[in-house]
Amino acid sequence: MKKLAIIDYGMGNLRSVQKAIERLGGKAEILTRPEELLKFSGVVLPGVGSFPAAAERLRENQWIEPIREAAVRRPFLGICLGLQLFFESSEEGEAAEGLGLLKGGVTRFPAGVRIPHMGWNRLKLKRSHPIFDGIGNGEYVYFVHSYYPAPADPAVTAATTDYGIEFASAVAKDNLVGVQFHPEKSQAVGLRILENFLKMTKILPRDNF
Amino acid sequence: MLAKRIIPCLDVHEGRVVKGVRFVDLKDAGEPVEQARFYERAGADELVFLDISASAEGRKTMLDIVRRASEEVFMPFTIGGGISSLDDIRRLLKAGADKVSLNTAAVEDPGLISRAAARFGSQCVTIAVDARRTGPNEWEAWIYGGRKPSGRNAVEWVRRAEELGAGEVLLTSMDRDGTAGGYDIELTRTVCRAVNVPVIASGGAGTPEDIFRVLTEGEAQAALAAGALHYRRYSVSEIKSYLGKRGVPVRTSADGD
Repeated sequence: MKKLAIIDYGMGNLRSVQKAIERLGGKAEILTRPEELLKFSGVVLPGVGSFPAAAERLRENQWIEPIREAAVRRPFLGICLGLQLFFESSEEGEAAEGLGLLKGGVTRFPAGVRIPHMGWNRLKLKRSHPIFDGIGNGEYVYFVHSYYPAPADPAVTAATTDYGIEFASAVAKDNLVGVQFHPEKSQAVGLRILENFLKMTKILPRDNF
Repeated sequence: MLAKRIIPCLDVHEGRVVKGVRFVDLKDAGEPVEQARFYERAGADELVFLDISASAEGRKTMLDIVRRASEEVFMPFTIGGGISSLDDIRRLLKAGADKVSLNTAAVEDPGLISRAAARFGSQCVTIAVDARRTGPNEWEAWIYGGRKPSGRNAVEWVRRAEELGAGEVLLTSMDRDGTAGGYDIELTRTVCRAVNVPVIASGGAGTPEDIFRVLTEGEAQAALAAGALHYRRYSVSEIKSYLGKRGVPVRTSADGD
């Protein structure tokens, strides 16, 4: 049976993602070793916590190269910190290197807003993408983060959200999809986004058009 | 724009909800996961489970509730009550909790906040403060479920907890808690202005008007309610519709609920 890999690199909240996938009729395995990543139909890189600590864990556990390869060959979803790691660097720890799958960095919210950005905020869809099938413009999703992705190439931005500034809350390029919010905590809207991802991996059948 | 959050709080004793939804068609109204599902359908933005058993057995049961809730409820939830070590926190997060709220253990060992924030991230460390008024514009933080004064000024303690890495404040007015006579607006506003992390106001919700006031005059980011919701005086959607009409940003679901 086709399955999704959820990368476990010790940065929390894997169970909620797995349970959401199972609820949708998909199957997901929590993976602690990188060797077999390409056996899976799609990959989720979740994570909460600090960027430098996460980057260090990926390196220590030899995830970097397998992730780079899988990101080219499989639909690949980054959630929250997982999305931030797509980029080259973060202001959270200048010395820490991200995966460099996308050009750009991760920036701290400016003064004038409460940090973390915590709660339900709206998506402004910037272009059509299969991950947003059936999702209306302005839907609420759940966020909890202090830093936001700042892609060098604005064309990768798939949705934005306003919080003091307008930031990229979803990015997509080729096989990569990254969401700054938590679909596994965003009730029906979030489950639909995960279902769309399962369709991209062909774990769930695509709709007929 | 970030929506203001409405957060039902469920008090759990030895695995059973003791202050929870009343008079509803739940198969088992004392069952925490069933109640969580009820509130998810009702449009709540988050949930708080408060373990009031404060026993080893109660905590083990709570862990099981968290595991089951994370299989069925796809919304954020916070666990509070009796959490006193990094191990406790690790177990709860691993079981599927999004945040933990620390109170007594953090007062007695403030380093717990910084250790938890360093290990798991500030976003999952909520500092719960039970504040009792001691004078004009002055409150003291109480511990052990409101049974013992800590000797700390509540506002100074919240500020210190933020410095140590707390990512959110759950602020309960002991003077208002259970009265349904409205939140302590002055306390809430004072704390909101003292810190830059989000503040959840708690204690005293009776009507949608009370919630409106604490989210506007009180400047809170979220309102916790127990009795006002559980006894079905008001539903989450009634409260949100009231707030929306008065210009407070709230999340409403796409199907028009």
